[in-house]
Amino acid sequence: MFAYAIRRIIATIPVMAIVALFVFSLLYIAPGDPAAIIAGDQATPADVERIRASLGLDRPFIVRFVEWAWNVLNGDLGVSIFTNLPVRHMIAQRVEPTLSLMVLTLTFAISFAVPMGVIAAWKQGKWIDRMVMVVAVLGFSVPVFVVGYVLAYTFALQLDWFPVQGYTPISQGFGPWINNLALPAIALGSAFIALLARITRATMLEVLSQDYVRTAKAKGVDQKSILFVHGLKNAAVPIVTIIGLGFAGLIGGAVVTESVFAIPGVGRLVVDAILRRDYPVIQGVVLMFSFVYVIVNLCVDLLYTVFDPRIRY
Amino acid sequence: MKRRDILTAAPLAAASLLAAPSIARAQGSRVLKFVPQANLSSMDAVAGTQYVVRNAALMVWDTLYGVNAKLEPQPQMCEGHEASADLKTWTFKLRAGLKFHDGETVTTRDVLASLQRWMVRDTMGQIIKARLDALEAIDDRTFRFRLNKPFAKMLFALGKNNAPMALIMPERIAKTDPFKLISEYVGSGPMKFNTGEWVPGSKAVFEKFTDYSVRPEPGEWLAGGKRMYFDRIEWMIPSDAATAGAALQNGEVDWWETPLPDLIPLLKRNRNISLDIADPFGNIGSLRFNHLQPPFNDVRARRAVLMALSQADYMQAVVGENPDLWKETASYFTPGTADYTEEGGEILKGKRDYDGAKKLLAEAGLLGAKVTLVVAMDVAITKAEGEVTADLLKKIGFDVDFVATDWGTVGARRAKKDPPAQGGWNIFHTWHAGADCINPAPYTALDAGGDKAWFGWPKSDAVQQGIAQWYDAADNAAEKRAIAAINRASFDNATYGPTGFFLMYQAWRTNVSGVVKAPFPVFWGVQKT
Repeated sequence: MFAYAIRRIIATIPVMAIVALFVFSLLYIAPGDPAAIIAGDQATPADVERIRASLGLDRPFIVRFVEWAWNVLNGDLGVSIFTNLPVRHMIAQRVEPTLSLMVLTLTFAISFAVPMGVIAAWKQGKWIDRMVMVVAVLGFSVPVFVVGYVLAYTFALQLDWFPVQGYTPISQGFGPWINNLALPAIALGSAFIALLARITRATMLEVLSQDYVRTAKAKGVDQKSILFVHGLKNAAVPIVTIIGLGFAGLIGGAVVTESVFAIPGVGRLVVDAILRRDYPVIQGVVLMFSFVYVIVNLCVDLLYTVFDPRIRY
Repeated sequence: MKRRDILTAAPLAAASLLAAPSIARAQGSRVLKFVPQANLSSMDAVAGTQYVVRNAALMVWDTLYGVNAKLEPQPQMCEGHEASADLKTWTFKLRAGLKFHDGETVTTRDVLASLQRWMVRDTMGQIIKARLDALEAIDDRTFRFRLNKPFAKMLFALGKNNAPMALIMPERIAKTDPFKLISEYVGSGPMKFNTGEWVPGSKAVFEKFTDYSVRPEPGEWLAGGKRMYFDRIEWMIPSDAATAGAALQNGEVDWWETPLPDLIPLLKRNRNISLDIADPFGNIGSLRFNHLQPPFNDVRARRAVLMALSQADYMQAVVGENPDLWKETASYFTPGTADYTEEGGEILKGKRDYDGAKKLLAEAGLLGAKVTLVVAMDVAITKAEGEVTADLLKKIGFDVDFVATDWGTVGARRAKKDPPAQGGWNIFHTWHAGADCINPAPYTALDAGGDKAWFGWPKSDAVQQGIAQWYDAADNAAEKRAIAAINRASFDNATYGPTGFFLMYQAWRTNVSGVVKAPFPVFWGVQKT
């Protein structure tokens, strides 16, 4: 398995090279001009042209790509066109809020969705099953930003239980950290809970109809053990797969959630960079996201072996 | 620990606990949380002309002169000046004791390097540069301009609030290519920029510069004493207006520079929030024609649009029904200012003439001509303007290609002179700050110098002649005459379509005092309890 993990990590290199070339090409052909944005509305076309030249944006595609790729290989993601700050520094500033939001959302979603799905499967067709399905449909149907605004209006503005916006680093205390992230995590997790609960329910229904479950019941194994030991463990592979896939969805959702709750995360960084055409920042963030995504998928593949010993790499 | 120590320490600890809330309150009153109009993505108000960058720069960098609320330039970093009778020689002396944030004394070396950089980028600076025989330091505090032609507007040029401004930087920074952004933010203004805490897109922090040399006069806009009552000013940059509104209502921020018109009724209902007009000079909406490409390379097509253009429609779409926030204006200049004129603006007055516009287009053979209207949908004002224009163009018989895109794309596309089918454009929308439309100096959108003009590249010798007359005007009456001539010539040329004059609100918590109306947020003199 160790050799497999190493092979997979090495395989990320060509994947990221393709991502890098794709993103660079896409940005090259996409309309937009950072020079015009820097120059501002009062600048003349000649000013914009001079700024573009000073940024090196008038150079041929291949020259710019080779220079950027070489710098990336040397661990240098470049410097923001606007702020003159290193992209690495800008990403590092934003990683903690995004990571915190993701971890909290995943924790919250898994700890609610999996028991919900298990219980719904156990009580199939009963009112509790229907309730879980209603929650799941609602979670799917209502966009993240609507959930975010409703939560902010109710729990921040009306009840004053939570702040409307912002982020407090965990180094300043767990209380303020979770206080800032509770509403965004619920908002971001709502759709994920729906997805995960449905998948858990469907997979559990399949597992609970298996012969070995019937045998366990016949042997008098208690319900809790049947559900969580015999059932859930065998249903875990698809659930873990969905958690891994859902991670990509969470990255997309984080962009919206970070905007609604003004969290200074990587999602907002990339949206701002796209709107301004801050090419080095966009490229740096996309590279980072693709790397993280590849690693998450690797972790999911490795987890399969934990839940299903028949799987070997 | 001995019992005596405990007995001594306990009351102190209790006292400190009791005092803690008031200490926190006092500390809170020394920090201002401000929501700016846009993300602060760079910090160079000479290389760039974005208003948000200019607004931040005003705290960090100081100017030699500064305008007051009447736009009269007053000495700021300068002690005073001497101008020769022919206005060709201008000698300035710096105040003693001026320091940069890095502790270095401000000298004429810094001033000269800063002015050289500014003169490359600013329209008034370029005129000074064109007339310049020498810009020389006499000593560490005295410097002189020697010009080959009189320039009466020298003090206004040095003290104006329009970007690019003549901001004074240390020589090493000012030597940066004027077309490259600076990367060190050291000024001599009342606040220091905290680079370490800058999270672009989220937060920018300014800290009080304790060695700032405050002028003794009362502060007024960029003139007089810039007295700061805050140790920290934190710019909080939410990417969403609803979040900014909620944060203001919740007391998480103290002052919001430009609340959306849609949120004004909600904010008005909150007794903890004060609202007032932000900038008394307001803004002028703009329908910008491309003068190089058909159909608007024909002045009759441009005039046809102006004949049918209803400013009321545009303004209601931009700021809503509140009549206090907008007015129709048959002028390219800012209403309510000293030189305001409606000379030649008849085409925008009275009932809108759709039939007349159609007739004019038919005469020009342009009925049914395709118009590529490029609209930035991510900016509420241009989105509203664009939708009204699409309707207007269809009504008078154009075939409209509505290109919905973002401001970043509009910014790039508007620079293209190619035909629309090859990535160019016919019309885009923007707006101009009223403070930039008071006279021709900062008003790049009015320039009609053809190829060298602003986007759309209008060409009119009459407009250019009027602008030259204004620069050479010896007195106010001559300036007024020049501005009237520019207005008439601009309407004859239909340089662009003014879509109306509008005002925006600013909002702040009632525990904040000293907020004034100005074309930029004035932080000096503001206090919080």
